[in-house]
Amino acid sequence: MSDTPTHDGPTKGPNRRAFLRGAAATGVGLAATAKATAQDTPDPLITEMQDWASSTGEGVDASPYGMPIQFEGDVVRRNVPWLTADVISSINFTPIHALDGTITPQGCAFERHHSGAIELKKEDYRLMINGLVDRPLVFSYADLERFPRENRTYFLECAANTGMEWAGAQLNGSQFTHGMIHNMEYSGISLRTLLEEAGLDAAGDLADKWVYVEGADASSNGRSIPMEKALDDVLVAFKANGEALRMEHGYPVRLVVPGWEGNMWVKWLRRIEVTDHPIESREETSKYTDTLADGTSRKWTWIMDAKSVVTSPSPQMPITHGKGPLVITGLAWSGRGAISGVDVSIDGGKTWQKARLAKEGEKMALTRFYLDINWDGSEMFLQSRAHDDTGYVQPTKAQLREVRGENSVYHNNCIQTWWVKENGESENVEVSS
Amino acid sequence: MSKFLPKLIASTALIASLATPSFAEKLGLGRVALPDEIAAWNHDIGPQGQGLPMGSGSVEDGEMIFSENCASCHGEFAEGVDNWPKLAGGDGTLADKDPLKTVGSYWPYLSTVYDYVRRSMPFGAAQTMSDDDVYAITAYILYSNYLVDDDFVLTNENFMDVEMPNADGFIIDDRPETELTIFTEANACYENCKETVEVTKRAAVLDVTPQEEGAEAEPEAAPVEQAAADAPVEAAPVEEAVAAPVMAAFDADLAAQGETVFKKCKACHQVGEGAKNKVGPILNGVVGAPVAHIEDFKYSKDLTTAHDEGVVWDEAHLAEFLAKPKGVYKKTKMSFAGLKKDDDINAVIEYLKSVSQ
Repeated sequence: MSDTPTHDGPTKGPNRRAFLRGAAATGVGLAATAKATAQDTPDPLITEMQDWASSTGEGVDASPYGMPIQFEGDVVRRNVPWLTADVISSINFTPIHALDGTITPQGCAFERHHSGAIELKKEDYRLMINGLVDRPLVFSYADLERFPRENRTYFLECAANTGMEWAGAQLNGSQFTHGMIHNMEYSGISLRTLLEEAGLDAAGDLADKWVYVEGADASSNGRSIPMEKALDDVLVAFKANGEALRMEHGYPVRLVVPGWEGNMWVKWLRRIEVTDHPIESREETSKYTDTLADGTSRKWTWIMDAKSVVTSPSPQMPITHGKGPLVITGLAWSGRGAISGVDVSIDGGKTWQKARLAKEGEKMALTRFYLDINWDGSEMFLQSRAHDDTGYVQPTKAQLREVRGENSVYHNNCIQTWWVKENGESENVEVSS
Repeated sequence: MSKFLPKLIASTALIASLATPSFAEKLGLGRVALPDEIAAWNHDIGPQGQGLPMGSGSVEDGEMIFSENCASCHGEFAEGVDNWPKLAGGDGTLADKDPLKTVGSYWPYLSTVYDYVRRSMPFGAAQTMSDDDVYAITAYILYSNYLVDDDFVLTNENFMDVEMPNADGFIIDDRPETELTIFTEANACYENCKETVEVTKRAAVLDVTPQEEGAEAEPEAAPVEQAAADAPVEAAPVEEAVAAPVMAAFDADLAAQGETVFKKCKACHQVGEGAKNKVGPILNGVVGAPVAHIEDFKYSKDLTTAHDEGVVWDEAHLAEFLAKPKGVYKKTKMSFAGLKKDDDINAVIEYLKSVSQ
């Protein structure tokens, strides 16, 4: 235990203690560090009989629908109370800092609703297709189950993800800066199949047609989607990661709009109308439009650009082991296609090196990256930069601001910087370009 | 439409699919939607007024309806309360550092207001207003933005005559021209990309990150759920307790859970030292107090009547009210739908006791 120079010194930063509590609770205390060879006295966890090695544990039915073990109790969604007036119309954040791999467990995948998450049972569920179709139809949930089914893995990102960082580094933790994202394997029906069932001959030339999709909750949130996208890869989904959708994600049926902003992924989907015009609903005029520096605003900015973030080390994930081998990891994604590579900088963008992708990037799905380094214990300015297979490269915040100013709110896909201190703690910062 | 179509269509396969739809054979699933069913759900209003119902509403009527249904969150003059949306003002601020985006300053189509109010408002009682009331509220919002005079009457006939100030303020997504040509592989630097790295902004200085609270609450919550699943028989007494609550000894743990649930109430109700009436009255000392116990709060008639009849907020009455406010006092101004879980109701009441002490 002698070789721990990086953890002496006073600790600073207002949130440090709170974030470290999580780490300490899992048994990775700050002092439990140093070299593998530095154990002077026998470890009682090895030399003494432990309860779990002697008495029996839980039976098979202790948790009929399993929950995470209590020691992972800090891995939860969290809200930022000052963001909205009321939790009923609000958002919480996926604890991406504490996860690995790419699939987000539904139980900690971020939520956003406009009039609260509703309880709508399958038996009471109806889906209507109307408008410019040959035959307006109503489907029950059981009807939907009889259509040919697809399985696809996609990320869902809120257009406002990282939106609080436009004017400056604001929130300390990747959960808060980048946690309005999740990635699931969806099972459902191609929207194209359902539209074909209703018949599109009545719609005539499809090139200028739209579908308007709307939910069954009290907001009946609705969005207009151009027909090209509707017929391309949109899904009407009822399962995610193999299990039924969770209430907060639109049980029993939601829309999946790959690569496009999360607000369009209408939950509790109840109606699909084929129209010859966009509806210009509240969500597509007053929200989800991006104001530029000169006061004009972009509309129909549906596609989520390539983006990445280092999830560990990061403000909520301090380095607790001192210098030596260190796994730098994070997530990358692109709404325009597949991630083709991720660069990582440990010096604030002076130099970049190629990270290792856990597996080949998939279209419009999260990709996990790793950079395994030998940390010398000195401070780092950690950044990651995503590339997608269209040749797009994730920009710096300065590059984005040059085009858009600071008032866009949405679609902030800038390169993120974590200032990793010598004591292993990190802080969200911006650095000079 | 034609402006963005070429950019959107990425593959020749997709173009082919649009030009010659070779649709699959139908499966014959589902049933034909009846006209009444379509009419019940097909409420969207298009930007050219497509779908507008027949009807009308005046600014004058709108002022009253707005005051009753909307002002608790949006302010009497649509100026907004707390973090709730401001619906008026902000004219000429869109190029400012912090633009104020309202119906008057930002929204390009009036149809959006009608569609949204009828679809989603008022919060907690959506889709309950008449078409004429929605016209009146829309007219009042226009008036609050100085876009019409106080004698204006909005109808389906004159709807499209209203000019929205920022109607021309939007362009279709131009990232393909402005960004995709710059943010490219060709411009990605790997060595000697910059001379120095200076910290220019720090989140820690702002200090607005929420402190970790979920970490402590969650481990306690998990065993409770397991216990419920394990022993459904033991769960039954909880329901009985709700049906006939007694003034039991104060339970600090339960109150702590209640404080979390109370976040749902905080938008409208303050408690504790220095609490002030907001949209709803302060709730200090409410448990055991007469209904409508705060003197300077303007309660709905239903609640003042109950007050006059000597009704008291005992735990049973509070539990009943919290489960479904409008089921107890039909005209309460409280738009909250109610707490679904008995556990949450008990916890909130326990918390309210703690702020009563």
